[in-house]
Amino acid sequence: MSIDETGQGGTAAPNSARHPHGQGRDLVQLVTPSGERVSHPEFDYWVRDITDEQLCSLFEDMTVIRRIDVEATALQRQGELALWPPLLGQEAAQIGSGRALRLDDFVFSSYRENGVAYCRGVDLTDIVRVWRGNASSGWDPYAINMATPQIIIGAQTLHATGYAMGIQNDGADSVAVTYFGDGATSEGDVNEAMVFAASFQVPVVFFCTNNHWAISEPVRLQSHIQLADRAAGFGIPSLRVDGNDVLAVMAATRVALDRARRGGGPTFIEAVSYRMGPHTTADDPTRYRDANELEDWAAKDPISRIAALLERKGLLTDGLQQQVKDKADAVARGMRTGCTTMPDPEPLDVFKHVYSTPNSWLDRQQDHYARYLASFGDPAGAVSEEGAR
Amino acid sequence: MTQMTFARAINAGLRKSLENDPKVVLLGEDIGALGGVFRVTDGLQKDFGKHRVVDTPLAESAIVGTAVGLAYRGYRPVVEIQFDGFIYPAFDQIVSQVAKLHYRTRGAVSMPITIRVPFGGGIGSPEHHSESPEAYFTHTSGLRVVTVANPQDAFTVIQQAISCNDPVLYFEPKRRYHDKGDVDDALDPATAVPMDQARVLTHGTDVTLVAYGPLVKTALDAAAAASDEGISIEVIDLRSLAPVDYDTVVASVRRTGRLVITHEAGQSGGLGAEVAASITERCFYHLEAAPVRVTGFDIPYPYSKLEMHHLPGLDRILDGVDRALGRPNSLSGLEG
Repeated sequence: MSIDETGQGGTAAPNSARHPHGQGRDLVQLVTPSGERVSHPEFDYWVRDITDEQLCSLFEDMTVIRRIDVEATALQRQGELALWPPLLGQEAAQIGSGRALRLDDFVFSSYRENGVAYCRGVDLTDIVRVWRGNASSGWDPYAINMATPQIIIGAQTLHATGYAMGIQNDGADSVAVTYFGDGATSEGDVNEAMVFAASFQVPVVFFCTNNHWAISEPVRLQSHIQLADRAAGFGIPSLRVDGNDVLAVMAATRVALDRARRGGGPTFIEAVSYRMGPHTTADDPTRYRDANELEDWAAKDPISRIAALLERKGLLTDGLQQQVKDKADAVARGMRTGCTTMPDPEPLDVFKHVYSTPNSWLDRQQDHYARYLASFGDPAGAVSEEGAR
Repeated sequence: MTQMTFARAINAGLRKSLENDPKVVLLGEDIGALGGVFRVTDGLQKDFGKHRVVDTPLAESAIVGTAVGLAYRGYRPVVEIQFDGFIYPAFDQIVSQVAKLHYRTRGAVSMPITIRVPFGGGIGSPEHHSESPEAYFTHTSGLRVVTVANPQDAFTVIQQAISCNDPVLYFEPKRRYHDKGDVDDALDPATAVPMDQARVLTHGTDVTLVAYGPLVKTALDAAAAASDEGISIEVIDLRSLAPVDYDTVVASVRRTGRLVITHEAGQSGGLGAEVAASITERCFYHLEAAPVRVTGFDIPYPYSKLEMHHLPGLDRILDGVDRALGRPNSLSGLEG
């Protein structure tokens, strides 16, 4: 089976099919790559309240999470983390949407939305806890109203939809927001989630970051139509925005949240962006993608773009740049310290929290293993590869 | 005490749970106006509303996956999987999410989800309607797996499962749905025998016969027939399949010295293997013979004209009992 590069395939295709994943005319954009603020008849309204000061803080947040990402990648290269999934290039998609949320909204994300977690106020040490192998989760989901990031592709979209069913039952006006990628749109769970969300008209936002690559598979392998167009088949309204334009992302997210809060049901957002780095630190994109493609997208960089906007507005002062850099460095230092000083878990922690009530099978295994460990002078010896006997 | 069918007893238990806890919600296919294909949820949507007894679209992964989201939100979802063979589309959500979220979140998020599954054969149905998939789930840490064998337990254990803060697979022996029994519907599930305890149904001295779900009745019939031949069988209804209440089984086998375990599911890697191994480990010097398994074959569930060959019946169980006792049996003279 080969991929039809034109996207025209053998079946009738919509107007945009020639370049289904390019920047077609329906891509909402409020700031051009050169930093020009362009007006939009519908979306300007949704960012009308964004002051210069807020623009500067969006620039700061995006810079900080890029710095976090760079630091975490370095920690992995230095052997402090086992793995890290970089978000390089997706800062606008994450900050623009994350900053649009209320505290009582609830996020169900994939493993790459560390920028969204930053917006939720996560302790940065918790972000790297999982990747250091110290636990299977970092934070308490209820402390920041964000679920433990999901590794099974697309599974979290159902959790968000179920959570939204609960919001609806409770008569609340909060919203469940689920993040997933272009690859996830091929998963059954994502499609089932959209069926349920549409049937019950629950307050959920499907935020799809189309970063063009699912490890080595290009988005055109996942879909011959624009991902946003899939939503129509479920009866779900969709928005397709420039995912590297933080204002456009924020506007679209606010449109979707507002609809959900008013009882208007789900919305699908496709944020068109690009995964500038590898899938994870274990990946090597030079094996499967063209360097020219990377160059094209580098010219559309989300942080350069908001910086250019600030410059046009006379806001990108040396003072601001220094302040943002200092903040980013301080945050990265804090995360590094938290990471390298994190205490290792205790051996018997391996049995903790499997069940919330006593379980005769597991309690017996734990008891036997505790006896086994106790039979060694140094429990670490019991699990060394060469053994202690 | 009220006489009611097995199905009605589950219905009564579900009703109690819906009454007692506003966070209990039911999700499933056809569970509303129809009352479920087995009528187990009959009348519940009418009495509790469409937001608490939810007819869902036909997508099992989504039924379980949205239950996870509801649990995140503080609800206590009860999911109906229409037939045993329809649970596989939900397998990932059960194994990767429901079973692991409490562990993954270091105890921050509970998954008090009950997944009801009509299981087992003997009703002459087409493929995918008669399976016994319990071992997939007993093998999965983080889940509790129970089955019930009489209307009283059906009534009590469903309420215990729903109030349990761990996820519970509740397997319902569908060929017993119409069996009647006495149910004390005033029995408080909080003070009743806990759902993870096995129950000794008949005291015996020669053989311990372990059964669960639909085969408990068959095992009791076999014990009655054996007593006519002067063989005294102790029948144990396991009730909980994960964890198995080994203390009860061990105490019995230490007295009888012989163990037969029976289930409809295929033999290899089945629960019988687990019970046989564990009891051998714990009772080796009390055993007079190797444990015997009387199970379904390692085949896809067969077409209904042949299903009674696959399902352990009274005589096959007694043949196994004869093997455990060293009496003449169908395998006499075979080595190993």
